[in-house]
Amino acid sequence: MQEMMTAKAKELLQNGTVNRVLGWQAGEFVYDITPAVFETAEELDAGFVYNDFCGNNLSKYLIKESRKEGKVLAFLKPCDTYSFNQLLKEHRILRENVYVVGIPCDGKTDGETLKAKGLEGILGCVREGDTLKVDTLYGEKILPLGEALTERCKVCRGKKHMVYDELLGEEGELQGSARFDMVEKLEAMTPDERFAFWRGELSRCIRCNACRNVCPACSCEKCVFDNDASGIANKAAADSFEENMFHIIRAFHVAGRCTDCGECSRVCPQNIPLHLLNRKFIKDINELYGDFQAGEDTESRAPLTNYQMDDVEPGIVYKRGGKG
Amino acid sequence: MKTMMKMMKKLSRNRLDEFFAALAEKQALYLPVEQGEGQARYQRWSQGAKLANALNTVRSAKDFFFPQTENLVDFKMSGKTIEIIDPRTEGEDFVVFGVRACDARSFTILDKVFLVDPVDSYYKSRREHGTIVTMACTRPQETCFCTAFGIDPAAPEGDAACWMTGDALYCTAHTEKGEAFLNALPEFWEEAEEEPVKAQQEATRQVMARLPLSKFSMGSFGGEVLMKVFDSDKWEGLSEACLGCGTCTFVCPTCQCYDIKDFDTGHEIKRFRCWDSCMYSDFTKMAHGNPRLTQKERFRQRFMHKLVYFPANNNGEYGCVGCGRCLSKCPISMNIVKVAKALENDTH
Repeated sequence: MQEMMTAKAKELLQNGTVNRVLGWQAGEFVYDITPAVFETAEELDAGFVYNDFCGNNLSKYLIKESRKEGKVLAFLKPCDTYSFNQLLKEHRILRENVYVVGIPCDGKTDGETLKAKGLEGILGCVREGDTLKVDTLYGEKILPLGEALTERCKVCRGKKHMVYDELLGEEGELQGSARFDMVEKLEAMTPDERFAFWRGELSRCIRCNACRNVCPACSCEKCVFDNDASGIANKAAADSFEENMFHIIRAFHVAGRCTDCGECSRVCPQNIPLHLLNRKFIKDINELYGDFQAGEDTESRAPLTNYQMDDVEPGIVYKRGGKG
Repeated sequence: MKTMMKMMKKLSRNRLDEFFAALAEKQALYLPVEQGEGQARYQRWSQGAKLANALNTVRSAKDFFFPQTENLVDFKMSGKTIEIIDPRTEGEDFVVFGVRACDARSFTILDKVFLVDPVDSYYKSRREHGTIVTMACTRPQETCFCTAFGIDPAAPEGDAACWMTGDALYCTAHTEKGEAFLNALPEFWEEAEEEPVKAQQEATRQVMARLPLSKFSMGSFGGEVLMKVFDSDKWEGLSEACLGCGTCTFVCPTCQCYDIKDFDTGHEIKRFRCWDSCMYSDFTKMAHGNPRLTQKERFRQRFMHKLVYFPANNNGEYGCVGCGRCLSKCPISMNIVKVAKALENDTH
């Protein structure tokens, strides 16, 4: 696929459709891929890569890139297209300045996921059928894909692109996903158990803001927490619950707009499963307003911004067993 | 500091937990423990705590001396007088066990910032109360490049250094504090031969030679090439994908920038210090605004500090110890190794 993509990128640069290409650049190791903009065929040959480690969702970069001179080619995986659409809906990306090439994805892994499986000293990695063969300083390790893929890829919702100008490879299908399994487990907990779970997870936060900065739904020009004139800028936590609260507030802010791309959990240096907060909101929205997928289209009104006479009333909290 | 093979002591691994328990009775003991998914963090020892297997902790050991937040001074108004209150209580002696060679070196870098005139008394007090007991590495990772800074992961610095073999923990003291650590519980230690330690060191050094970054050197950055590096046209591309988050600065053992702010509780002012990040938009913001307007300038600042400004002011020593945390943790995998390699041609 990498060859096909490079050839396509060169063709579109050559015929003037685009003047640059947003993609992924190879790094020092097999897994340390960096999003990058390529302007020439030589640059593409030197560093363009598309492999099992190209998980970064490139859509958010298009807020900035689509405001530059000329048209940019963006390679989008199926799940990235949801973010792209959602940003279009929010008028954050200038559509006419982007040429979207949909690319297939058969699941990604990343360095941190492999390390969490106990792999040390990763030197190389190739996919062989349903396994990932990892060469390490301490010998070769074979991981079944079911273990090696990132959490978000294990519960992939399908290989269908929501938007593209051109498609490379076969278009895929939507598929069932077990993505709410963990949310259901959390819902089944007692409030005290659930509180303890989230305290344990969120208290590891170092407040680096990586989750916020990578999030395509967090696209405010200036975050209120970075604005010291807002009166609520908080560089330091006033108490041990403040970081916890930050994540809860952020989940509320992106509710109904989060496409469940999973970038928040991917970038968290402390491996906090932040996506579970967002998934709880998605599951609730599905249950209370009917199935809704942010980023599926650019026209529909989102449930939380579209008043209907039969919308649930606040009393639903008590009906569902909450104490308010 | 040169590591000298002084008196080698050892204790059996099956007495390790008993040793930790006894030590923790005498003074506060911190050690790396697992926090899930192969990651580790420092935690105060409590019954049942197990030393982590992970190579290093996600957060560095700098937290012990330079915490993420701390209160510096309180102000209370009553009538026309302002009461100035020092919120500090006398610190307790503590031992940080299991510090890796890279983090141990980071303290000497932080010392050059906080212990020069004007001495930072908050930092100094913690340094004086802390005993650093290091642990030699045996399974370095692909992200390790401490040897580029003359650090030997098989012979770490610190007040005392340890080596864990299959059956025993070996330890030798480097300083008086290290001697005190060994003498605190003499009944646990017995005199030991150096051979098992030397064998382990040899094995580790062989692994080090096979690391992908084993040949990596920081080149010739420093004050002499300040403007050349500053004006390089590579910064634009290097910083292009930077998210402007603070991950690299917060996991870095040598990043030492902080902000000081006043917090109005409603009845008093608490003046606090907290980590700051040059990656943030309000870093060093002044009355006229921020001197670094775009992420390119903020990104450049971080690497100029480590590769140029710090060595220019500290006899050529770089502001990096090669721990590899930023290589693992940067969300877009941009880091000091990639930057140094890309800019090397601009240094000559």
